This record gives sequence, C-alpha cells and structure tokens, in this order.
Amino acid sequence: MDQVLFYALAAIAIISAVITIVARNAMYSVLSLVVTFFTLAGLYLLLNAEFVAVVHIIVYAGAIMVLFLFVVMMLNLNTTNSIVTNTTTNKVMAGLAGLAMAGILGYASWTTVLPAASNTAATDIGSVKVLGKMLFNEYLLPFELTSVLLIATMVGVIVLTKKEE
Amino acid sequence: MENIFNVVPLEHFVLLSLALFCIGMVGVLLRRNMIVVFMSIELMLNAVNLLAVAFSAHRGDSSGQVFVFFVMVVAAAEVALGLAILVMIYRNVKSVDINALKQLKW
Amino acid sequence: MLPASAVVPSKFRLTQDMFMEKLIWLIPILPLLGFFILGLGASKLSKGLAGIVGCATILIAFALSLGLAGSVFASGKLEQTLFNWVSSGAWTVDFGFLVDPLSLIMMLVITGVGALIHIYSTGYMHDDERHNYFFAYLNLFVFFMLLLVMSNNYLLLFAGWEGVGLCSYLLIGFWFKVDEYNEAAKKAFVMNRIGDLGFLLGLFLILVNFGTLNYDGVFDSTVLSQISVGTLTVITLLFIVGAAGKSAQIPLYTWLPDAMAGPTPVSALIHAATMVTAGIYLTIRSHALFDLAPISMEVLTYLGLATSIFAATIGLKQNDIKKVLAYSTVSQLGLMFFALGMGAYVAAFFHLVTHAFFKALLFLGAGSVIHGLGGEQDIRKMGALRKVLPITYIVFLIGTLAIAGIPPFAGFVSKDQILLAAYEKSPLLFALGVFASLLTVFYMFRMFFLVFYGQNRVNHDTLHHAHESPLSMTLPLGILAGLSVIGGILNWPSLMGGGDWLQHTLSGVLGTPEGAEHAHAISASTEWTLMAIVVALVVVVIGLAYSIYVNRNTVPVEDEAEEGFGRVLSHKYFVDELYAALFVKPTQAISEWFGRIVDPKILDGAINGIGQSILTMGSVLKNIQQGAVGLYLFVFAVGIIILLALQILF
Repeated sequence: MDQVLFYALAAIAIISAVITIVARNAMYSVLSLVVTFFTLAGLYLLLNAEFVAVVHIIVYAGAIMVLFLFVVMMLNLNTTNSIVTNTTTNKVMAGLAGLAMAGILGYASWTTVLPAASNTAATDIGSVKVLGKMLFNEYLLPFELTSVLLIATMVGVIVLTKKEE
Repeated sequence: MENIFNVVPLEHFVLLSLALFCIGMVGVLLRRNMIVVFMSIELMLNAVNLLAVAFSAHRGDSSGQVFVFFVMVVAAAEVALGLAILVMIYRNVKSVDINALKQLKW
Repeated sequence: MLPASAVVPSKFRLTQDMFMEKLIWLIPILPLLGFFILGLGASKLSKGLAGIVGCATILIAFALSLGLAGSVFASGKLEQTLFNWVSSGAWTVDFGFLVDPLSLIMMLVITGVGALIHIYSTGYMHDDERHNYFFAYLNLFVFFMLLLVMSNNYLLLFAGWEGVGLCSYLLIGFWFKVDEYNEAAKKAFVMNRIGDLGFLLGLFLILVNFGTLNYDGVFDSTVLSQISVGTLTVITLLFIVGAAGKSAQIPLYTWLPDAMAGPTPVSALIHAATMVTAGIYLTIRSHALFDLAPISMEVLTYLGLATSIFAATIGLKQNDIKKVLAYSTVSQLGLMFFALGMGAYVAAFFHLVTHAFFKALLFLGAGSVIHGLGGEQDIRKMGALRKVLPITYIVFLIGTLAIAGIPPFAGFVSKDQILLAAYEKSPLLFALGVFASLLTVFYMFRMFFLVFYGQNRVNHDTLHHAHESPLSMTLPLGILAGLSVIGGILNWPSLMGGGDWLQHTLSGVLGTPEGAEHAHAISASTEWTLMAIVVALVVVVIGLAYSIYVNRNTVPVEDEAEEGFGRVLSHKYFVDELYAALFVKPTQAISEWFGRIVDPKILDGAINGIGQSILTMGSVLKNIQQGAVGLYLFVFAVGIIILLALQILF
C-alpha cells in the first residue's frame, strides 16, 4: 500500500514540476507548484515526518505560494501579452545543463554506498515532541537567529517597497 | 506507520529528489519570466528538503528534519525579499523579463 | 752608440726613474686635456691661443717621453697601472700602461711627428673658421693613438684602436659642408669597422683560450705552448683582418685614397705617420702569437707584397698630388707587412719610423704646394715651381730621394733591410720586392718632375698669387727633412760600420737573443752586391722618369682620354665600382626594403597589433557585464556542474 502511494505521489510530483517550468501562463505555473508541494507533504507523511509535513503545507502552500499568487495577480502576469519566450539556443543550452547535472548527480548517487538502515529507528522521530526537544536544546542558537533573519527580511521588504513621497 | 524503507529503497527517494532538483534547475535556466525562475528555485529547495527528510528517517536522526525546518525559514525570507525586489523592478521597467535590466550595455 | 745608462750618472738616474715613472699617465692625459680645453672653449679662444695650447700639450708629452727614454732603454720597461677597469669574475683588465722600447719609440714618433704637424697646422689652417676644433680633434687623436701604443692589454689597445678610427672620421670629414668628403669619412669608418670586427673576433678567441687579455698573460710561453696551432692561426688571421682594415691593405684599402678629402695635415699625421701604422704595431706586439702560426706569416707576406705592387701600379696613373702619396702610403705599408710576414720585425718597424719621417714630410710638402697655389691639387696644372716655391722644392726633393731609397737617406737603409730579409727567404720574393720599389721610384719622381720641372702649366691667376709658405709651415718641413736624411742611424747596419741600435733595443721586446742578429744567412759580399744592384736600378729609373717628364715634357692626358691598361690603372682597377656593386648597393637595397616594409608593417604592426588585440579582447569581454541575468544564471549553473564534476570524479 505504502509502496503504491509512494510511486503515485512521486509521479504526480514530477509531472506537476514539469508543468511548473513549462507552462506559459504564470498562473498555471503557480498552481502546479502548489500541487507539487502537496505531493511532497504526502511523501513526508510516508516518511513519518508529521511535523515537517504540516509545517511544509502551512509555510509553503499556505504562505509562499499565496505571495506568488498575489504578485502574479498584481502584475497581471497571467495575461497573454506578458509572455516572454527564450531563444532556441538558450533552451537547448538549458536542457544540456540540466542533463549534465542529472548525469553528475546520478553518477554520484550510483556510486555512493548508502549506509545501512538503522533498525532501532524509533518511529516517532518525526513527532513534534522529539523535534521540539532537539530544536530547543541543540539547535537553540540557529533557531533564535532565524527570528533575527525574519525581522531583517521584514524590515528589508518594507524599506524596499516604500513609495517615495 | 511502518517503516517505508521496507518497501521502497532509499535509492528511489534519492532519485526522486535528484529528478526534482534537475527539473528545477532546467526551469531556472529555461524561463525568462522572473516569477517562474523564482518558483523553480523553490522547487530546487524542496528537492533538497525531501532528501534531508528521507535520510533523517532512514537513519533515525531528527537533525535532518530540524534542518528542513531552517531551510523553510530561509526560503520564506528569501521569497519575501525576492518578490519585493521583483515588484520594484516591475515598477521601474514595467516588465518581469530577466533580461530587461540589460542596461549596462555600452 | 752609447747605451743610455752611461749618459746619466746612476744615483741621479734612480730618483729620476722613480719620478718619471709616476708621470707616465701624464703623457696621454695631456692631449686629452688639450681636447677638452679646445673643444669646450672653441668659440671663446682666439686662434693663436688655441694653436699654442694644441701644440704645447703634444710638445710636453714629447718631452716627457724623452725623459722616460733613458730608463726604458736601460732597464727594459716601465709599467704603471692607473686603476682596475673591468672586473668580471675571474677576468680583470686594468687601465694600465706598458712603456717598453717598442712602445716608447712609437710614442716618440707619435708625439714628435705629431708636434711638428701641429705647428705646421697653425699655418696651414690659419684661415679656416673651425680652426680651434681642428686642433681639438688632432689632440684627441694623439690621445687615442698614445693609448693604443701605451696600453698593457688588448682591451685598452682596442679602445685606442676604435678611438683613432673615430678621430679619423671626424678629421676626414672636417670640411663637412662638402658631401663628398662626408662620404669619404663614412667609407673610412665603415671599412675600419669591418677590420675591427675581425680584430674583435680575434680578441674573443684570445679571451676564451687564454682567459685574459693582458699582454703578460697572453705572451707567456708556458701558456702559449698549450694552445693549439690551429687556434693561434685563426687568432692571428683575424688580427690580420683588423690590421688590413686599419693599415689599408687589400681588400680594405680603398678608404685611404678617398681619405685625402681631409686637410693635408690630417693626411700627414693620420694616414701616413701614425694611425695606419697601428696594424703594424699590433702585429709586432703580438709577435709571440705570429711566430707560432706560420700560415699567418705566409698570408702576411703575400698580402703585403700583393698590396705593395697593386697600389704602386695604380700610383703610376694618378694625377692628384695627394692621391699619388696616398697610394704610395698603401704600397709602403704593404712593404712593411711583407717584412713582418718574413719575420723581419725590426726591419718592418725601422721602415715604419723612417716612413713616418719622409711620408709626413712629403704630405706636408704637398700641403705647402697646395697652400701656395691657393688650393690647386692636379699635377697637370703645375710645373716649373722650383723657382716659385724654393724651400718646398728642396724638402720635397729630400723626401722623394728618401722614399726612392737613395743612400744615405733614411728610406734607403730601412727598405734595404727589408729587401735583404726577402732575399734570405727566396730570390723571387726579393725580385718582386725590388719591382715594387722601382715602381715607387718611378711614380714618385714622375710626380716630382711634373710639379717642379717642365713647362709651367699653372693657371695664370694662380701663378700670380703663388707664394712660399710661412715659417710655421717651413720649419716643421725642415726638421722632417733633416730626420729623413739622418734617420738611418737608428739602425745603421753593422755591415756598413753601424751598431744596429734598433735591433739591440728591440731584442728584449722580440725575445731574440742578443747575439742572434749578427748571424745572417747571406755573406757580407752578397749583401754589398745586392745593395749595389738595387741602387743602380733606382738611379736608372730616376733617369728614365727624367727623360720622359723633363726632357720630353710629357704631360698626362685628361682622365677621359686614357685608353687601354692605362685607363684601368687611372680608374684604380675599378675596385671602387666593384665594391659598390657587390656590397654597397645590395646593403642599401636591403636597408631600403627594411625601411619600407619591415619597420612600418612588421615591427610597428606587431606593436600596434598588441594594442589592437587588447582593445578587441576588451570589446569582447565587455559583453559579459551587460546585465543579462539569464547569462549569469547559466554561468552559475555551469560552474556548479564543473565543481561537482571535479569533486565527484576526482
């Protein structure tokens, strides 16, 4: 059952990713990316990472994609006259670069010996309690720093987009 | 839930992550619409997230998931700023073509 | 002849030696000082003062050389090192002087004859506007020539060698406003340079093989015995090339007749008495090398003989008074080389000294004639001048008799010794030497009779203004005439009751044992017979010349009217034309090609090409920075791929 679920989600993820990068209309790109995120959330659940899955949906699908949608709507990028295409050479180069990257990484993953699974894996490592403990004990400093990061981002955004009087 | 790795080997997760990453990279290089480029970058980030979570589950170590957490925070911040800049650019050149700012040409 | 040590009491001599030794450096420095004073103050000094300064420096140098004579002839040699000049690893060269009998006699000739010519020039160049510069250059020349003969190593000799070449150029082209004279000066300098190249290559070989350029390092017999004969032959042959350039032998002789473009005192000093003798001096100085290279000696013999005969034949048909003397100089230098080649160093050097006397006399006499006739130099336009220029006539007669070899004049004694040395080698060489001498007698007397006897062919106006030269010119003429008469006593042969003084004095320099020179290969009676034959032939030839040019009043025809072999001779065997076609024109064509194509297109093109390529590269590279974000992303991705590839694959 899980196996079928995995392959189904994987297939949907890849298809919607391809649609994201190929779609002419920006709106379609945004929406298919949302679909991708949902499939990824499903995959996280399969991996017993509940917290990450939920946070993923909240943050990515719920906040970031909404932002994207705001911008697309605001700038009217879903209309046909704003579609700009690349030259054929550039498309070919992009494709080649992608293939090259795939080749390199594929070769790397092929030759790397993956470590043996840990049999004593507790199934609750993805639970909020365990994650929370780890987050607030070992990774406290980075956690606090991310709050600083977010403040800085907010300030930056506001300063950037302020209209000059 | 039982361990997914009994039915799906870890390599398949790696492969999936790799595929998503490369698709994202092609998207970055292929499209000239700034929004789509941004989204492709998000796709690449998510591919990495998937890889981290898979390994974390495989090894029974939560650190991977904590890192995913941080990646998400950074991604959010980056998107916010990026879109702000994009809006400013649009206000100036009225276009979201990435080559619109080719004004350093002599 | 008394040795010098008997003249000065010994206790005085010691202090005098030490004192005089310290003043060796003054001898060349005084003319150099004269050059600076006259050169820098040329526009401010009056002509009289400049003349006095110019003559005084040389006279004082002459006096100092005389002062050294006593101790040098007694003790063998004096040395003085001024400072270390070159110090390069194991090789050092000092700015040092060596005064041995050979160099001392050269110094006396240079400063003595030089002083007389300086005094003569005060009269001859009196009306010239660049009079002061003339004396400056003459002083500079004397400085370099003294450097050449006084140095104790080959490098300083070479410095002097080059310096005299430079002064020769400056003085030949002294009247630079005439283009022809500049061409002659250039020709002299370039031909000298060709010889200098040979000399320089010889010096390089010496340095490589001997490790030093100092005389005492090179002439050391233990060192010499280790050098192969082949190397020594090559070195000496290269020295011959250098000497041929400087002393106007075949094939580098054509500059000397053209050098007559310079003022007559220059011809007398440089192209008769001193600079052209540098080649002879070099060979005698390097006798240790030449003695071990018999092939080079053969080359010297035949080269000298060939040049002597060749130049003498040309002289038969020359009509410019100075050109006749120029070819005669080439011929006499050939005789000296002839003597050197046969190992008769003393005879060659003796002839060098006597030749300096009578050739300088002849040139100055010719200058007196030219001065008196207001610039006329063509002997076909002279004649019957013995009443008009009496003093000049007498000294010229003495000079001509000396060069012809009439006893007891100086030329007879020295030339005779050369011919005797030739007879010892082979009668054929003797006969050829006699032939060259007879040719000399003929054309010299031809010139003499055409100028001073016969019908008066002088232009009427010139004759009207003709006058004898002033005392400043006739006094040196007289002194030189006296020297030409008595000069023979320097090496009066023991055969005729003399003491072979020069031979004794130079035996130390040449390394011949004291008693060796008395052992001649031919008997005394043979010597007397040969001398008598030669003198008789000379008198016959003089009679022949008299009958042609005085009794029958033959006048040489105009240049265009010459025909047959006479035409070849009067055009100097067309050698100049040959050189022009073989060397000058191709070189000029190559230079022109370089100037037209290589320099602007290739060299400038390369330099400009570099600049242009940088500009092009810049205009290509500036495309990177245009703000094309897509390109930046692509480069980014490619970079990551490459880095990953390097990481993963290696």
